[in-house]
Amino acid sequence: MSSGSTPTVLYNGAAIPAAAIPRLPIERWQRAVLDAVASGGRVCAMFGTRGEAGRPLLTAVVARDDAGMLEVAHGEVPEERLPSLAQECPEVHLFEREIAERLGLGLEGHPRPGPVRAAPGAEPVLGPLDFPRVEGAEIHEVAVGPVHAGVIEPGHFRFQCRGERVLQLDIRLGYQHRGVERALLAGPGKRRIHYAETLAGDTSIGHATAYAELLEGLGGTAAPLRAQALRAVALELERLANHTGDLGALAGDVGFLPTAAHCGRLRGEWLNLTAELCGSRFGRGLVRPGGVRFDLEPARVERMIARLDAALRDVASSVELLWATPSVLARFEDVGRIDAMVARQIGLVGLAARASGLARDDRVHHPSGMYRFAHIPLSIWRSGDVFGRAWVRWLEIQRSAAFVREQLAALPRGEVRGEPPRPRASRFCVSLVEGWRGEICHVAMTGAAGELAGYEVVDASFHNWTGLALAMRDQQISDFPLCNKSFDLSYCGFDL
Amino acid sequence: MIRILRARIQQGQRTIAYPAEPPSLPDRFRGRPRLDASRCRDGCNVCTTACPTDALAVVEGSPRLDLGRCLFCGECEAACPAGALSFGSDHRMATRAREDLLVSDATLRLADALEERTRRIFGRSLRLRQVSAGGCNACEADVNVLTTIVFDLSRFGVQFVASPRHADGLLVTGALSRNMELALEKTWAAVPEPRLVIAVGACAISGGPYVDHPEVLNGVGCKLPVDLYVPGCPPHPVTILDGLLRLLGRIDAEGNAAS
Repeated sequence: MSSGSTPTVLYNGAAIPAAAIPRLPIERWQRAVLDAVASGGRVCAMFGTRGEAGRPLLTAVVARDDAGMLEVAHGEVPEERLPSLAQECPEVHLFEREIAERLGLGLEGHPRPGPVRAAPGAEPVLGPLDFPRVEGAEIHEVAVGPVHAGVIEPGHFRFQCRGERVLQLDIRLGYQHRGVERALLAGPGKRRIHYAETLAGDTSIGHATAYAELLEGLGGTAAPLRAQALRAVALELERLANHTGDLGALAGDVGFLPTAAHCGRLRGEWLNLTAELCGSRFGRGLVRPGGVRFDLEPARVERMIARLDAALRDVASSVELLWATPSVLARFEDVGRIDAMVARQIGLVGLAARASGLARDDRVHHPSGMYRFAHIPLSIWRSGDVFGRAWVRWLEIQRSAAFVREQLAALPRGEVRGEPPRPRASRFCVSLVEGWRGEICHVAMTGAAGELAGYEVVDASFHNWTGLALAMRDQQISDFPLCNKSFDLSYCGFDL
Repeated sequence: MIRILRARIQQGQRTIAYPAEPPSLPDRFRGRPRLDASRCRDGCNVCTTACPTDALAVVEGSPRLDLGRCLFCGECEAACPAGALSFGSDHRMATRAREDLLVSDATLRLADALEERTRRIFGRSLRLRQVSAGGCNACEADVNVLTTIVFDLSRFGVQFVASPRHADGLLVTGALSRNMELALEKTWAAVPEPRLVIAVGACAISGGPYVDHPEVLNGVGCKLPVDLYVPGCPPHPVTILDGLLRLLGRIDAEGNAAS
């Protein structure tokens, strides 16, 4: 493929020279994105920076899941305006809003323009908001948030309803915006790993691993194999904790208290296993560029396996109650449905995509670290409703527990920490990690001295909030908590 | 029904005995730090250099750690060549005053109970409205855990409520993002007096990893008067529980459960 006219191919975690990325005129760049999506690709990341002389420079990273590869191209914007692709390619709609917000570009022809998280110095997000309104005598509007009724993160939800039926839900976020993506580039270097660990606190291992593998890719090095195995163990424990907690919360949302009560505790069992490994229930302090900070001695491995078996047995007895209880199934089935076509159009990722029948899992399609050697089966269901998202969680709990057990029983020998990687000059690298919600995408560029010159983060939530909004259409407004929990998206991972 | 009962019996009784018995914590848990300035070498500052949030400072030749900024990452302990600094297994760390979080030796002035009048009002029944304002959701997660059967917060008369009008105080997490400033103000205005503010986690106390970012206000203390500080990133649930019980006078200074 000749460089300069078509997108450049690269692979997860492997850096390429920044100069190898073609710069296309905006029309050609947009055509390339549309063609890639039309032929089965999906947009992992799309962002804008200011290049030479302050000119806007766009970047698109598209994943070709079937071929296990990525494609990247820059687009040059001649004027301070961006014609929108969102009508033809809905999955880019938030990316375009983000580009417009960050660079201050005019967005033309976008079906739903608006703020994403509001840049520093902008007006607070909570102001007079011009939400699209449904008009009519029997229409009423319900506004919720940013402070919610439970112990959860802030966000604003605006429902247009006819009676109990939701016609339209608009989700406005940005309340957790704390400048963490900006600071990953501009802040003190010694704080970067902590920024990565707190991009989304319930996904500390996922984001820290994406960050570490990105730096290792830029440096052309890899963590020792034993460290890669321990990262994978921690990543699956993170998945186990969150999936278990979510199944409990879903049970709570339909008033089925046995599973709600048990899983509330059992989530903690997985977190405590992570703490057994590294002292922190959220895996803080474990993953570092170049390896991990904690090793497992044989006695600890044995202890962890015994606790894992006990936790899985308790989770199974509790979760299986859900599938054996008709009143639970009646509340899960046919609620909040996203079919495969819509899921594909909006670029859904992770467990929500798999629950709608899409085979999307970076551990399978773009494996990095230990997942290159130890495979984990895809867990797929096709119903796309709350039941599907619950069921896929249960399937993944079983797969992840088996994976962790297998890894612990046969950890590779050797060191757990090598030299911290030194990024090479003028490189571009993409790091994909399948977090418990879905794809975590970190992108970085280095400058002429190997310094970080660009850093972008896309949490799975960035893709999937649109899924929640669409899942609520034509549903009872009282089902919102249930639908919301079935996605369980991150506010802070979106707000950055 | 039989299945539910069978599962219930299998799950067993899981509520911890805290505070009557000490909590069980993992051996690698990084709890309350101890500093020993006598081991420090002159002019050494490897710990302050290693600290990601500048929680450590060398004051008159001795290290001083601000627990309110500390992420408990342990980088300083790993870097110190003299073993002058270590994170212990003690989970108790909540204080009433911001300056009590400045640690320069092995001691820490833990939180006293509320003054008699407010304690009479809140001691047996405290309703809190949680406000999440610019953090990473880990503190929220470990606050939420207190309501599970493991900690069973309601046995102490403490509950989280949906409306600030039903609340006796706010439990705030996050560095207080500018985007949440107005929402916090409005929530606070809706809480009837007398009322409390509890800052949970490094972000809410000092801004945490986001300290001095233009997008945040360096913690809830910049806006509201704080009655209890619970350090950590995030604090262990039992650290939060310990702080709440001390504030309510349910644990005395010696750590015994008071009636």
